[in-house]
Amino acid sequence: MQMLKQLLGWVDDRFPLTATWKEHLSEYYAPKNFNFWYFFGSLALLVLVLQLVTGIFLTMHYKPDASLNAAGVPVAFASVEYIMRDVDWGWLIRYLHATGASMFFVVVYLHMFRGLIYGSYQKPRELIWIFGCFIYVALMAEAFMGYLLPWGQMSFWGAQVIVNLFTAIPFVGEEIGIWIRGDYVISDATLTRFFAFHVAAVPLVLLGLVVMHLVALHEVGSNNPDGVEIKKLKDPVTHIPLDGIPFHPYYTVKDILGVAVFLIVFSVIMFFTPEMGGYFLEANNFVPADPFKTPQHIAPLWYFTAYYSILRAVPPMFDSQFPGVIAMGMAIVVLFLLPWLDKSPVKSIRYRGPIYKWALTLFIVSFLILSYLGTLSTTSGRTLVAQICSVIYFAFFILMPWYTRMDKTKPEPERVTA
Amino acid sequence: MSKNEVNRTRRNLILATSAFGGAGMAAAAWPFIASMSPSDKARGLGAPVEVDITTLEPGAKVVVKWRGQPVWVVYRTKEMMDGLAKVKDQLIDPDSKSSKQPAYAKNAQRATEKRPEILVLVGLCTHLGCSPSDKLKAVSDSETGADWQGGFYCPCHGSRFDLAGRVYKGSPAPINLPVPPYTFLSDKRILIGEESKGA
Repeated sequence: MQMLKQLLGWVDDRFPLTATWKEHLSEYYAPKNFNFWYFFGSLALLVLVLQLVTGIFLTMHYKPDASLNAAGVPVAFASVEYIMRDVDWGWLIRYLHATGASMFFVVVYLHMFRGLIYGSYQKPRELIWIFGCFIYVALMAEAFMGYLLPWGQMSFWGAQVIVNLFTAIPFVGEEIGIWIRGDYVISDATLTRFFAFHVAAVPLVLLGLVVMHLVALHEVGSNNPDGVEIKKLKDPVTHIPLDGIPFHPYYTVKDILGVAVFLIVFSVIMFFTPEMGGYFLEANNFVPADPFKTPQHIAPLWYFTAYYSILRAVPPMFDSQFPGVIAMGMAIVVLFLLPWLDKSPVKSIRYRGPIYKWALTLFIVSFLILSYLGTLSTTSGRTLVAQICSVIYFAFFILMPWYTRMDKTKPEPERVTA
Repeated sequence: MSKNEVNRTRRNLILATSAFGGAGMAAAAWPFIASMSPSDKARGLGAPVEVDITTLEPGAKVVVKWRGQPVWVVYRTKEMMDGLAKVKDQLIDPDSKSSKQPAYAKNAQRATEKRPEILVLVGLCTHLGCSPSDKLKAVSDSETGADWQGGFYCPCHGSRFDLAGRVYKGSPAPINLPVPPYTFLSDKRILIGEESKGA
């Protein structure tokens, strides 16, 4: 024991091990009133680790190669089948990775929703929110590029459509498209670069952003369901927030429960319905990529469909589909501005007035409808609904400075409740 | 020299050094950015392809690969050709003014006068690059809408095209399907991808 203490002392003299442990875990004081919604941050971290580990093992067998093998099947497609059929436990690792991708978005969407209802983006947490938005964008890039790798029909045509979004940019679009693909069409050059981005570049960016997200969080402290600052009232002697409890062991233990429940749900999906009825893995992606034949129905995976609906809802203008692409981009850009659009004097939904509650409900419902419509083919009726929902989506943000100021809020309590 | 006074020589040197370093960084980034452009090999694969249409029957379509893209060759029947004029009012760009085609195909049938019934198109939707499906017969269904005179329907976002690749109004695709350069080597052989002198 004495030896261990001496060793720790030796390390601490050279590296801030104990200090880091204290700052981020044993003496990081989080509000004592965290509820269900506070599981999803730590779960996102868990899924990130899961994706990194399963991803590393998949690269040991996967081959990013679009050329045809002796049997006339693209090498990349065949290597995924090889992982599923011939590699010991390969099916498990791949289903973990594929299910993990969708579950990553489930967890992140719920985590973002938590931020919305409790005003976790408001001052002084603007940068946490911005880093979070960047994580979301990086995650979308990661998911999109990863989806090309199995080189199935959906991989190919999905990439074709998304890369073509960039070609809609006036004047330079065509050149940008060719530069992204590295060819005039989606081809082997595209596959290998997406592989490089998917396994190295984007994960590095993602990890860096997660560190910044957490450093910013621990600098200002966590928000809570009441949206009141626990740092305002501290114990006069210890200077510990009166409503704060150390993250470790209190919230580490709480999060273990969350992890256990999450893993049960995750396992049920992965073992019994890894394709989730076509929502997590699309049937058309079990067919090798065919550059000559677009599948009868193509749609992105469920986590992109809301934006896809917005893209489709905007009609072409001036001989160009660029306006739709702009609308889709703005739907994501506007998220970054949220901290400055919200003028409410209170953070939490608990003390907000009826206008915000209605606005948020309408927004969430529109987002869900857009997501659902994005999985379907278009009809004129569906397009109209998508247009209405797109307007609501943007109105939620654009009108926010006015309705949050008008809204009748309730007084916030001095200290956290319950 | 007091503390607040700026040593101008030093400041200028620092500025010059930073600017030089910045320019160096930008120059160093160039090879990486340029390496992502199509390689010489990929550029070389744009060679023309030859199609034999001996077995192509009236009313049918064949697909060939050119620059990695699907190129369609359609042998239009008399009825199909007649249908082109009927749909003119429903099209975004009936005269192909803002669409891509060689000069010899910038006409009502979007094909060379030598063989007006043979239609050659790049089979990728001008919206987001999906490959539209055949709706060659003049049979209306829920996807084509009423009074269909034959054409193509894009499954991705519902763009509709007539049998000259011209896009219908109300489609997300902004312009007509492009006609690639092509030339008839003989009655039955077409060379696709070569800018011919006289088609």
